[in-house]
Amino acid sequence: MGVCIEFQDVSYAYPLTKKAAVRHLNCRLETGKCYGVIGPNAGGKTTFCNLMRGLCPNFYGGILKGTVLIHGKNLLEWEDEELSVQIGYVFQDPFAQVSGIKETVFEEIGMGLENLGVEAEEMIARIVEIAKMVHVDTLLQKNPLALSGGQCQRVAFASILALDSDIIVIDEPTSQLDPEAGSDVFEIIDMLKKQGKTVIIAEHKVDLLAEYCDEIIAIAGGSIVAKGPVKEVLSDPVLPENGVRIPQAVSLARELWQAGKPFREIPVTMQEAIGLIKERREGRADGN
Amino acid sequence: MAIEVKNITFSYPGSLATAVENVSMTIEKGERVAIIGQNGAGKSTTVKLMNNIYKPSKGTILVDGIDTKERTTAQIAPHVGYVFQNPNDQIFNDDVVKEIEYVLRYRKLPEEEIRKRREEAIDVTGIRPYVEMHPFDIPLPIRKFLTIAVVVAVSPDYVILDEPTAGQDLWGCAQLKTVMDYLQQKGKAVLTISHDMEYVAENFDRVIVMAHKNVIADGEKRDILYRMDTLREAHVKPPLSAQIAQAVGIRDKILNLKELSAAIL
Repeated sequence: MGVCIEFQDVSYAYPLTKKAAVRHLNCRLETGKCYGVIGPNAGGKTTFCNLMRGLCPNFYGGILKGTVLIHGKNLLEWEDEELSVQIGYVFQDPFAQVSGIKETVFEEIGMGLENLGVEAEEMIARIVEIAKMVHVDTLLQKNPLALSGGQCQRVAFASILALDSDIIVIDEPTSQLDPEAGSDVFEIIDMLKKQGKTVIIAEHKVDLLAEYCDEIIAIAGGSIVAKGPVKEVLSDPVLPENGVRIPQAVSLARELWQAGKPFREIPVTMQEAIGLIKERREGRADGN
Repeated sequence: MAIEVKNITFSYPGSLATAVENVSMTIEKGERVAIIGQNGAGKSTTVKLMNNIYKPSKGTILVDGIDTKERTTAQIAPHVGYVFQNPNDQIFNDDVVKEIEYVLRYRKLPEEEIRKRREEAIDVTGIRPYVEMHPFDIPLPIRKFLTIAVVVAVSPDYVILDEPTAGQDLWGCAQLKTVMDYLQQKGKAVLTISHDMEYVAENFDRVIVMAHKNVIADGEKRDILYRMDTLREAHVKPPLSAQIAQAVGIRDKILNLKELSAAIL
């Protein structure tokens, strides 16, 4: 698979700060994979996302060292409009994302398409399709500023999906949603994956990431502390050592290990844990 | 001493639909109670009515025997403190110290008392490294602790926390535990709205389930979190450890990983 985003020794400091927000980041993201970005708050997750979308340094200013390549081309050489189509970015705070200048959810979702000059008929069809997908079709006539946190997050999501970007970066998509709605978001992410999109999600709900992601990038204290396939990274003791949350299945495995009765392998999802417990209980029933 | 919610019904101004219908519950002083349920079930509306931000259209709410309808929001606030889900809805000062001291000054407490309460609130919530910052420059998850500090300083008998664990990392969850222990030690009632079942199972004794604008169950957590039909009706899943325990056929009502690992060993 091709590489779509590459960080080469990237360090970045926001303006008026002495300390770099991220230091010496090196990683390659491959087209079509789903990446979970985890780690403590203020550890660099959002900055990592901002760098991919060029918001650091184009919007925030600050000092960038090293090179970020998007589809092989240096971030600093991209036109912002072009990059905004290549990379869809769903912000952490949905109220920061809605434009505040559109009077209905319908127009809000369509704003990006309107700016790109998409034909009216195609635009309407696309807005309706996306609205159904993220369950905001009953809200289309509402004012975006009158939405609840959860509704606003879905609308923010929809307005990005409408652009049909190949790379989608999502910063804490489920923080304002109830668990059922949170699972809906992950189902949408799964669908995007099936469409061949590259998805990057910064998120605290590591139990959900364990189920849906291909790879995990753990960032703490401004550095990447672990990266690689989900199972490998989430069971790595370097995570808890750096204050990074681990899945409950891994915590359970650690409890059993400390009690001197470890599983034969470390589960990262609930289903894996269930399988291993069943295996052990059945083994016991057979007299082993 | 208690908050007594009696058969309240409420519609938001300008809305024809009701947000809660005929809801009743009693929160005793010193209790730790969690309200769970889907978004839109009426959880936030119920606690905002307790805090007297709104007044019920029908029914009554008594706070230590006082009818909230006969009092202003400012008169109820010293008794019932509400920490908003979104800290940005709550903060209105341009300075951390001013934000914490605002209500204390409004109530004309002695200077020494204001200082003491402010310092204690800053320490309990762990926001000492951020006191010099503009409140809106503080990272959002930590900004939530500023709003908790405001309520801790006011020291009401009933503290309501709306989704306190949302967006929190390990530091935030540990800090929240410190706040919970502090409030319990002070004998405060803590009422939370939460989707985080691990947090609910760990920190609360009683669980109220809301669905379709009403209360559908109310009782001891270990009982409620194992009423699968009720939880399904409310679109809520039990803690992951309980889900695993049930899937592998453990009969005990497991609520956390420690209990689960003990049952497996």
